[in-house]
Amino acid sequence: MMIENISLSRRSFLNGILSTGAFVVAAKIVPDDLFAQTPAAGAPVFNTKADTAPLHPSVYLGIEPDGTVFIVTHRSEMGTGIRTSLPLVAADELDADWSKCRIEQGVGDTRYGDQNTDGSRSIRDFYDAFRVAGASARSMLVSAAAAQWSVPPGELTVVNHEVVHAKSGKKAGFGTLVPAAAKLPVPAKTTLKFKPKTAWKYVGKEQPIYDLKPIVTGTAQFGLDVYRDGMVYASLEHPPVVGGTVKSLDDKAALAVKGVASTSTIDAPKPPLLFQTLGGVAVVGNSTWAVMQGRKQLKIEWNDGPHAALTSEPFKAAMIAKVKQPQKVARNLGNVDAEFGKGGKVIEAVYYTPMAAHASMEPPAAVADVRNGKAEIWCPTQNPQAVQDTVSAALGIDKKNVICHVTLLGGGFGRKSKPDYAAEAAILSKRLNKPVKVVWTREDDIHHDFYHTTAAVYHKASVDAKGKPTAWLHRSVFPPIGSTFGSPVPLGFELDMGLDDLLYDVPNLRAENAGADAHVRIGWFRAVTNNFHAFAAHSFVDELAHAANRDSLEFMLDMLGPGKVIDLKAQGVDYSNYGADINKYPVDSRRLRRVLEIAGERSNWGRKKPGNGWGIGIAAHRSFNTYVASVVEVEVDSQGRVRIPRIDQVADPGVVINPDRVRAQMEGAAVMGAGLAMYGEITATNGRIDQKNFDGFRVARMNDAPVQV
Amino acid sequence: MVKLTVNGKPHTYDGDPDMPLLWYVRDDLRLTGTRFGCGAGLCGACTVHVNGQAVRSCQTKMSTLEGKTVGTIDALAGANGQLHPVQRAWVTHNVPQCGYCQSGQIMSAAALLKATPNPTDADIDRGMAGNICRCGTYQRIRAAIHTAAKERA
Repeated sequence: MMIENISLSRRSFLNGILSTGAFVVAAKIVPDDLFAQTPAAGAPVFNTKADTAPLHPSVYLGIEPDGTVFIVTHRSEMGTGIRTSLPLVAADELDADWSKCRIEQGVGDTRYGDQNTDGSRSIRDFYDAFRVAGASARSMLVSAAAAQWSVPPGELTVVNHEVVHAKSGKKAGFGTLVPAAAKLPVPAKTTLKFKPKTAWKYVGKEQPIYDLKPIVTGTAQFGLDVYRDGMVYASLEHPPVVGGTVKSLDDKAALAVKGVASTSTIDAPKPPLLFQTLGGVAVVGNSTWAVMQGRKQLKIEWNDGPHAALTSEPFKAAMIAKVKQPQKVARNLGNVDAEFGKGGKVIEAVYYTPMAAHASMEPPAAVADVRNGKAEIWCPTQNPQAVQDTVSAALGIDKKNVICHVTLLGGGFGRKSKPDYAAEAAILSKRLNKPVKVVWTREDDIHHDFYHTTAAVYHKASVDAKGKPTAWLHRSVFPPIGSTFGSPVPLGFELDMGLDDLLYDVPNLRAENAGADAHVRIGWFRAVTNNFHAFAAHSFVDELAHAANRDSLEFMLDMLGPGKVIDLKAQGVDYSNYGADINKYPVDSRRLRRVLEIAGERSNWGRKKPGNGWGIGIAAHRSFNTYVASVVEVEVDSQGRVRIPRIDQVADPGVVINPDRVRAQMEGAAVMGAGLAMYGEITATNGRIDQKNFDGFRVARMNDAPVQV
Repeated sequence: MVKLTVNGKPHTYDGDPDMPLLWYVRDDLRLTGTRFGCGAGLCGACTVHVNGQAVRSCQTKMSTLEGKTVGTIDALAGANGQLHPVQRAWVTHNVPQCGYCQSGQIMSAAALLKATPNPTDADIDRGMAGNICRCGTYQRIRAAIHTAAKERA
């Protein structure tokens, strides 16, 4: 392992991670000065049309005298609809005409607050900020009209892009009021009045995504679609084993390929790996095809380093052995050992899940133009501030001299929070003094991911006469995300996703955990460690129900009890709660109970009986402050082929801006989850990933995806 | 030298005859609606029409295109901007999530409907199995193809 210092406390790790812009535990999400005309953070990295519009009450919003409202989305669009949803919040509060609103994508800039689009928290963290942006503009327009017409502001209403004085019948469009409104001070946040829920015009209603037409006509701009004048192309042969270095290079044949101009070796990174490039040999030339062909002609011998030790089968066996041994306690309630010692009926199970690749449809790609100590980057990234950090570190320039333009993302799922590919483009552009586009192949993507980690999970319960657990021990072992940041053990948040926060009401409960050597880069993947923790825990609960010969749903509801807010702190858990305020977003088993009950009703649970190659299962879990229940029907034919004819899901996510996009997320999650459950698997032999492309790493296709969700 | 027609315009190509059509339309013609997904004919993101048939442009060498007619997503809508029935159905059903694979999905669906104007679910599954959507929009794609079929009928 490449661990320099294993005595670091969890908190100092988190601070270190925060400074690299990583993951969910953001301390200060919205800066205090967000709504000031001139943010104290300094000049903008890049002026948006919202910035240059005369009426500009917020970094997120500006209005032109022609009435056009520019709304800046600082979060990245990778398919969730967030680029549309946050502006809808501002437009609603402003009572703007949606057809007169233009969305702009914010560059990486701390003045927007946190931009790391992961952790399912964009609405939770920025709903208020976008309401304030809309309400501030509205207030200024109303004040301007009131002064113009010499009437009290209280007599004015705003209706669809116009300020209206009902008494006199006077009306003024937003645009005509902009010059006067722009001279007014931005109102204090505390003086703003927000629309009541009953007056919401866009929030909670269906709205097509802003990019729908560009997507169906092919004009939508993803990272791969960026072309700059004078740009060259680069494709990198990365070390096949993480941490590997070039022992010898023969690039003669590569340089002989028509269109190839040069090769360029990038050194392997020093640990911790963070989001640095893996290094390797870049082939540079005048077309994507030329550099891909040139790469095939490289003759490289590698020094593999210590991570060639990873071979999946023995690694799996070692993890399973480890998970059966006592590990560090993460949560403790009552006395599990005393209960086990009573000699009642005990049920045990071990679960194992393999690594998985994100495999977003758009492979990593970036364009960089680094000249005169300044870097301009265009890339599909979930975290443009991490691009700034990573590129500035790679080039040794100030973060403020890195402009990161965020394109649409052809999928992200967590992979595109980690901008190693942007650093590669920047390093090469600096060397060549011209714009460079780096394109990863699918094989690069599958072979050099920040993988969803493999895990072993152990469960043991003693049960009473009705089969209900009197004591429950669960324990997970996995190579942690922490390893990417220098920690040999999982960071707190990795346990706070289904290991130390299960909601079942069991009197004696203990959760334990340990890390395992990583050997590859580990990263967060949609739902993160919930995937295997939830899979194991809820499968185990189902096993308990079967052992007791009880209905699974009835058994789960019985195990949840009537429901309550669970005080995890009292059970020894320093719970990160996905970065959210625990008082505002408590761990509430009543909400889990409710989604289970509704799922049971809507799916006709209980009226469907398994048999003849047809089965049905149910589970519910709290993930990223959303409570979800799923009922899955499965068919197995005489040849053992599995088909999923139907999945019913119930989700309680809190405030919903665009219900259609929440449904879309749930549909997509079911498909991705089914693919993972059925066949998605990444394995390694001597540190080298065995899978190459979509033939080796299988994902759900139309003919094997759940039919109806 | 290869003479071909792309989106109704004549072109001549004299580069590497092995270069796939994908990189010709993207890098040379800057018709970027056709997406790179796998480079191995496994995902369908790069699907275009050659003489009206859906093909994977990442597996179609330029040398095979002499005299052929290529159509890409960029010109699937009419010259007046009128969307193709498949594109309209995609809008009706709000199919896309990230949208990256949808060019290929739409091109495959358009070719499927040309060959099978009234497809069953099984026809659609068969015809679309070569197009991966990692966001998981399959259910809406299936519904949109049925809608487009009805509209064309």
